[in-house]
Amino acid sequence: MLADQVNTAVRRIPVWLVYCLGLLPAPWFLYLGLTGGLGVEPIKALEHELGLLALQIMVAGLCITPLRRYAGLNLLRFRRALGVLCFTYVALHLLVWLVLDVQSLARIWADIVKRPYITIGMSAFVLMIPLALTSNDLSVRKLGPLWRRLHKLTYVVVPLGAIHFVMLRKGFQLEPLVYLLAIAVLLALRLPVLARPRRVSRA
Amino acid sequence: LVGLAGPGQAQSGDLKPNTFEEITSYNNFYEFGTDKGDPARYASRMTTSPWTVRIDGMVDRPADYTFEDIMARMTVEERIYRLRCVETWSMVVPWNGFELADLLKMAGVKSGAKYVAFETLLRPEEMPGVRFPVLDWPYVEGLRLDEAMHPLTIMATGIYGRDIPNQNGAPLRLVVPWKYGFKSIKSVVRITLTDKQPPTSWNKSLPREYGFYSNVNPEVDHPRWSQATEKRIGAGLFARNQPTLMMNGYADEVASLYAGMDLAKNY
Repeated sequence: MLADQVNTAVRRIPVWLVYCLGLLPAPWFLYLGLTGGLGVEPIKALEHELGLLALQIMVAGLCITPLRRYAGLNLLRFRRALGVLCFTYVALHLLVWLVLDVQSLARIWADIVKRPYITIGMSAFVLMIPLALTSNDLSVRKLGPLWRRLHKLTYVVVPLGAIHFVMLRKGFQLEPLVYLLAIAVLLALRLPVLARPRRVSRA
Repeated sequence: LVGLAGPGQAQSGDLKPNTFEEITSYNNFYEFGTDKGDPARYASRMTTSPWTVRIDGMVDRPADYTFEDIMARMTVEERIYRLRCVETWSMVVPWNGFELADLLKMAGVKSGAKYVAFETLLRPEEMPGVRFPVLDWPYVEGLRLDEAMHPLTIMATGIYGRDIPNQNGAPLRLVVPWKYGFKSIKSVVRITLTDKQPPTSWNKSLPREYGFYSNVNPEVDHPRWSQATEKRIGAGLFARNQPTLMMNGYADEVASLYAGMDLAKNY
């Protein structure tokens, strides 16, 4: 079966390789920003590239369970790497916003409390912190069943990220709505009514 | 750069224009897509010749004026203006153009006209962006008659002495330097004199965020961001934000137009 072949092939990919490849865009974007590759206004462009990549990794992470359930594809061993990479890009996105974009502590605080799309984005980041801190084997062992419940926060964080994207665009734009829709579908697949019995038993 | 005597020149001494490349690669022209690079990518599809501008409504000589007719009767001069986008970026553009007042006088403004309405070309087969209802097409804008007649208000037909590129609103566009960029409507096909305040695209779409006046004002924030500072295009990754000037630096010339008005309410 194709899924089995893919599963066998995927098992040979070391997780550290996913981390390495996943981190490559960060220095690449910085290089582009410094050399004109991000256009004539590189600050916003860098901020947006980092945020968009974080959102894309979130979507990829949400695909893992449905792929296993409906296609028999087991990518579970990469899920932590995706989560940690996603957090890294959200943190870099936030850093660019603070240091290069807004440039003023007073305005940063004013923006967080006054502007709903920033409040939402910031909430998503804060909710990701405990997830990033517990993305290690020790925490999984120590927290036991609580770990699974804690990491259900993902289902709150990801839509917040997409809503943040929809709200920051001017007017009614297609691209952020496509992400929001994809995320809504991926989350709906997890509803008990839609979740069919699994084809692959838990490893 | 040729310095021409006239309004708007007083500030030009300290203004360093952006490069032609910067001015023509970073644009908002949603008819061609919402990405800043989309207009430069797709606007070459727009046919700009032949071009006519319908001037109608409360005028003595309503007609479809061809672009050549207009150019034969207007005096083109250079105006180096700041351009401040509502999204907080800014640039300096050396426009070539003529005063809108001269165009309106050509058509003859009837007494009783109080506003000027503008409309952008809508040609879906040449404009990939209008497939999506980002805005209610065609793009429309408006000015009060005194704003339209102000000597700073021009119709631009060139940049750096070259024909204005399509992505910047060829073959002729409005430039109102003390207002946020979206008021300076591109690729104008219709100008209507009226006694009622005309609808404007961004105001129809998001009235809480975009008012009819939309004068640059560092003290009145956009609901989603501060307008106190701006980013100069082309300044690089580590550029410091610049303070935004009242009326984009043209307050001495235009503040009197709004005497007695509450600018926080009439945003």
